[in-house]
Amino acid sequence: MAVIRDMIPPFELYQPAGVDDAVRLMEQYGDEGWVLAGGLDTFDWFKDRIKRPAAVIDLAAVDEIRGIAEGGDGGLDIGAMTSLTAVAEHADVQSRYPLLAEAAGLVATPQIRNQGTLGGNIVQDTRCWYYRSGWPCYRAGGNICYASTRRAMNREHCIMGADRCVAVNPSDTAPALVALDAEMVVASSSGERTYAAADFFIGPDIDIERMTVLEPGDLLTRIVLPAPREGARWYFEKIRDRKSWDFSLVTVASMLQVQGGVIQDARVVVNSIAPYPVRMGAVEAAIRGREPSDETGQMAGEIAVEGARALRHNDYKIALTRNLVKRSIRDAA
Amino acid sequence: MLDTEIIQSRRGGFTRRKFIKGVIAAGATASAAGYLFRSSGVLAPMLSAQGAVERLVTLNVNGQQRRVDVPKHETLAMTLRYQLGLTGTKLGCDRAECGACTVLLDGVTHYGCSILTHTVRGREVTTIEGLEEDGVLHPVQQAVIDEGGFQCAFCAPGFVMSMVGMLDKNPAPTREEAAVLLSGNLCRCGDYDKILNTAMRAAELSRSRA
Repeated sequence: MAVIRDMIPPFELYQPAGVDDAVRLMEQYGDEGWVLAGGLDTFDWFKDRIKRPAAVIDLAAVDEIRGIAEGGDGGLDIGAMTSLTAVAEHADVQSRYPLLAEAAGLVATPQIRNQGTLGGNIVQDTRCWYYRSGWPCYRAGGNICYASTRRAMNREHCIMGADRCVAVNPSDTAPALVALDAEMVVASSSGERTYAAADFFIGPDIDIERMTVLEPGDLLTRIVLPAPREGARWYFEKIRDRKSWDFSLVTVASMLQVQGGVIQDARVVVNSIAPYPVRMGAVEAAIRGREPSDETGQMAGEIAVEGARALRHNDYKIALTRNLVKRSIRDAA
Repeated sequence: MLDTEIIQSRRGGFTRRKFIKGVIAAGATASAAGYLFRSSGVLAPMLSAQGAVERLVTLNVNGQQRRVDVPKHETLAMTLRYQLGLTGTKLGCDRAECGACTVLLDGVTHYGCSILTHTVRGREVTTIEGLEEDGVLHPVQQAVIDEGGFQCAFCAPGFVMSMVGMLDKNPAPTREEAAVLLSGNLCRCGDYDKILNTAMRAAELSRSRA
């Protein structure tokens, strides 16, 4: 990767004090504007001079979307600018949504969690290094995928959901939020919209240049968690090369609603194996009505990887996905 | 004129470090003047309506109010090192991947290389230069000396700031907890065992002083 140790190219900087002002600026600048939350995804792009927006809209002063509050119906309402540390250490998140607390607490490093935001973690761009190094690939508006050529280095790329682009969604909190049936509240100049977390993330078949439904002018403002289910069990596991800093190779987030020793309903979500967090609908249907046993887990793992296709260097992800899905059902607590 | 001043003071026993800092200060003045006159003054009133920032800011650094002219795209580590002369904060990777630039914002650890200086206006910035109080070293600094915690020590200022942040959060960490809390800093010498000895000693010292 190009390492340029001098200043980021100049831009106009705005620090609006509210969502309305932020959205107005975003509309005014359109493609030329860049929304800055924690900045951990942003500054690599700027320092490598691959993204050079005319204006940066820093949300640091938008206090109305920072913090965690009681939501309606016994849920929680989390502002998109809440730091990952604040999410991971919040007493209610820890006791009622341990899945999210664990996911947020496993992101990168303490310093990055102190500064990085939940919203930023959700909407972060992919880590495919061909793309991030400025290669003119499909995702960057070109007409080739450098990561799926014969000699490409694609150990971290996807095993399902590919459509020309084989990059994966790197977010740790995204699969947890899908498993929690969270809702994403999006503001824009035309008003507020709400998306189910599962519909918020999109694949390259829908739009190859975006990871989420957000278009220029859209701002993720809040994440709404419904009340946790009766008898819910959780499982979260992130596999990465080293215990700190690294993005996930495969992450699983599961919620099992167990009553009378039998799975009534389930959410099984795996990330970093596709360009979006994959909700394993077939697995969920197959384990309903069964005990959360080793046998059920084994079956679930096999179903999870049906149709998976490895690239040259990432077949380990198939085995990893199979085993993680198995564990997430057998060991959910 | 500036050059003569520096040459004269070197004759009077000026150290290499002070000489370098003098050059940094002179450079900052020159470059700041460039930024002042480059941009058009006509647009400014129009843009400020929606929250456009002004370049001249007052930063609270180590308990002092520092007036400084900060380009909008400048990161905190750059401002600290090259405008304020606080070269204790190191730039290793400049990518939030090593931790050498760790500073405290309102007592919480952040990577100085990956935050805009304008974003920290109104917050208390603490660098390693701000730890000593009235000639008494901070317990973490004392622990580094006691334990000989680092080999080359380029990563030391970042680790020290992380340890200060760690003790604020957990005054009595186990060795394992300390390793997790310090996992946002890298040591290329691989001196982690001694660094953890230092962290444990620092926790001990700060408890005994409290």
